[in-house]
Amino acid sequence: MSAKLHTIEDIESPPPDMHFERGLKSGITDWLTTPDHKKIAVLYSLSGFIYLLVGGLEAILFRIQLAVPDNNFMGGDTFNGMVTMHATTMVFLAIMPMTAGLANMLIPLMIGARDVAFPRLNAWSYWTFLFGSLVLNFSFLHPGAGAPSAGWFGYAPLTGPEFAHAGVDYWWAGLALLSASSLAASINFIVTILNLRAPGMTLFRMPVMIWMLLVIQFLLALAFPPVTVGLILLGFDRMFGTLFYQVSMGGDPHLWQHLFWVFGHPEVYVLILPAMGVVSEILPVFARRPLFGQIAIIFSGIFIGFVGFGVWAHHMFTSGMGPVADAAFAATTAIIAIPTGVKIFNWLGTLWNSKLSFPTPMLFALSFIPMFTIGGLSGLMHASPPLDLQQHDSYFVVAHFHYVLVGGALQGLFAGFYYWFPKVTGKMLNDTLGKIHFWLFLIGFNVTFFPQHILGNNGMPRRIYTYPADAMWGFENMLGTAGALIMGSATLIFAYNMFVSFKKGEEAGNDPWDACTLEWLTTSPPHVANFEFTPIVLSERPVWDHKYTDGHEIVAPDKSESFHMPSYSWKPLIVSSCVLTIVLGLLLNTFIPGSYLWGLSVVGGVGTVLGVYAWVTEPV
Amino acid sequence: MSAEAALDHGHAEGHDDHADGHDDHGHGDLVENNYMKVPNIKLAIWTFLGSECMFFGSLIATYFFYHEKSITGPLPQEIFSIEITSISTFILLMSSWTMAMAVDAIKQGKTGRTVNFLLATAVCGTVFVSFQVYEFWHFYHMGLALQTSLFGSTFYTMTGFHGAHVSVGVIWLLIMAIMVKKGYITGEKAYSIESGGLYWHFVDIVWIIIFTFVYLLEFAKPLSDAVK
Repeated sequence: MSAKLHTIEDIESPPPDMHFERGLKSGITDWLTTPDHKKIAVLYSLSGFIYLLVGGLEAILFRIQLAVPDNNFMGGDTFNGMVTMHATTMVFLAIMPMTAGLANMLIPLMIGARDVAFPRLNAWSYWTFLFGSLVLNFSFLHPGAGAPSAGWFGYAPLTGPEFAHAGVDYWWAGLALLSASSLAASINFIVTILNLRAPGMTLFRMPVMIWMLLVIQFLLALAFPPVTVGLILLGFDRMFGTLFYQVSMGGDPHLWQHLFWVFGHPEVYVLILPAMGVVSEILPVFARRPLFGQIAIIFSGIFIGFVGFGVWAHHMFTSGMGPVADAAFAATTAIIAIPTGVKIFNWLGTLWNSKLSFPTPMLFALSFIPMFTIGGLSGLMHASPPLDLQQHDSYFVVAHFHYVLVGGALQGLFAGFYYWFPKVTGKMLNDTLGKIHFWLFLIGFNVTFFPQHILGNNGMPRRIYTYPADAMWGFENMLGTAGALIMGSATLIFAYNMFVSFKKGEEAGNDPWDACTLEWLTTSPPHVANFEFTPIVLSERPVWDHKYTDGHEIVAPDKSESFHMPSYSWKPLIVSSCVLTIVLGLLLNTFIPGSYLWGLSVVGGVGTVLGVYAWVTEPV
Repeated sequence: MSAEAALDHGHAEGHDDHADGHDDHGHGDLVENNYMKVPNIKLAIWTFLGSECMFFGSLIATYFFYHEKSITGPLPQEIFSIEITSISTFILLMSSWTMAMAVDAIKQGKTGRTVNFLLATAVCGTVFVSFQVYEFWHFYHMGLALQTSLFGSTFYTMTGFHGAHVSVGVIWLLIMAIMVKKGYITGEKAYSIESGGLYWHFVDIVWIIIFTFVYLLEFAKPLSDAVK
């Protein structure tokens, strides 16, 4: 490695000339009206992290119930509610928003744009997500009902009016709001990535992270509608007495399973691909060399996105689809292992024979690889229908998807938090606390979930709230509960670390990791317009090449650039509240039949139309 | 590669309109590096329509999943009136022509003409929805309710969501008409009318699919049965 020719601080640029139509607010009003993708990113990440703690608490509660045989810490109904809310919270309210936080922060910064394509729509997505998550969690407070308890997959007819209480109403309504939010966000990000790249930032000069985020936006835009339809049909069954999932009138519960898993499996890649992007960004920086086979990693991600739409029914091998469908879905599922393997070997190729350093983000990125590989291999076993029939609904499956989603997706997000925290706040996260967090979390995670492979093979089914002592499942379950507590304390240490480091952490500077990609060009935290001048991109690693490659210096223009910036707006919050009112009207009308409270929905609808008119005519 | 050569490479991939889109109003600045040569709003609508394909695809698939699975009547052949639905279909299809005329007018900067054609499109849409309301009322009185059978549930839900999309389209058209009238949208922003037009044509195409597969094929059936 050659010596540094330049540093980022060498670049001298005149301050940009920014003009706003109406300017920005300050204080709390700013957070409510901001169109700034960096602030919305912080809102998403914080909400996601809070829900991660909530979902974790739910897990710890039901782990206490499972710690010993014949326990009566909580009853079956409460247990089902906790499990359902744990999974729904972790998938929709923790990992997805934290990913959305990273996407919001990184997409404009990494491609050299000043904001997303539709800054106000971005704010609308956040508020609608927040309202959806609140509707979902409000179910805990509903008199006489409590949390939805039909499982996060909400299989019909368990969710039908004759079996499920009001919790499921909150569940479908909350998820419908979340799907609207995801759709708006995905459209926004697709347009941003395709249209707003800085000069010279061709598609294949984009960082792998941006490619993975682009792929998942297409997955979100195309995979969410089927489950939205499924949820609407469920809502109609519950509100208006339609017959979609009514077996007595000829309805077929498989309809729900298909609509749900057509969404559900691409959703798995929505959760994991961003983590793969994070790892692909972090490994080269701490191995001090370019990513091995970058183009192969990008195409693997695209391939996973495509094939991800053709594998959903491997969740349904036990539903009796017949040998042809079973064989087809087994084959497509096995095929996905190929691009995934390509990625893993490319990461190993990046690490091979290089000089590694091990700060916390690198530790999380490194441990992602083996943990995800374990989860991937147990997943590949499920591609085989005969094996799947044995493992279906056992703890083996629980172990599998926690290795992919916790050891994979969540560790990837943690790596990203440690890596980009300095850029967002200007302060480094404390590395000692970070390493304690890492080791505790890794140990706790494996203590919890590795024994569950064995439990599953010993016949323990999922979703049971207690088990007899002579089943001999007590030891592994006690381990699981202990591990869950260790993971919980590790996450609290992380929360504490973020708090102290934000208050009085070490100053980060523009480029603390000596990194490659465009976000490290700007100040930490970034300038309000992201960059003081529009960067011109000459390679996949503009910031690295600026520092180390002769002739690839980033040169600032002599005179100030003039930027038009989006102004504050109340409209996103207002329109989002009106959409919430529509949903609340429907829910209240279900809970108090004949009350004319559906009038609220009409009010919300009119409000939405007026709000949209005010929105589109507002000068920005 | 030298810096200049590398930059040229960037230009070759479509960045050469860097300066063109630079105006100081509205979103103009945010579109400056328009790689796709498509305005942001239009690209957004295309993406949205991709998502809508999956939405209506799921609804239509649900209809076919339950096709002829109802255990009680009335059956589609007993209640459909092909004449009335043909008329409303014709009106909806003609609204695509008025929509295209509105886009053509705004591209030539003729705002008055644009408003007229937008309103004509909205009127056609409203007439179509009114026909649908009448049809629903008529079917309901012939004994087909949302709760009667799987046919009732799937038919009303699928066509109802299409009708809701037409209604949203009518509101969209009216908002666009007001915006043209008040000068928010001019010839330079013809793409925003075009984007609304994309949605309108899409909703039309969905109806062509529903009309063909749900109405016409039901009517083809007794004939083919007779041939057997």
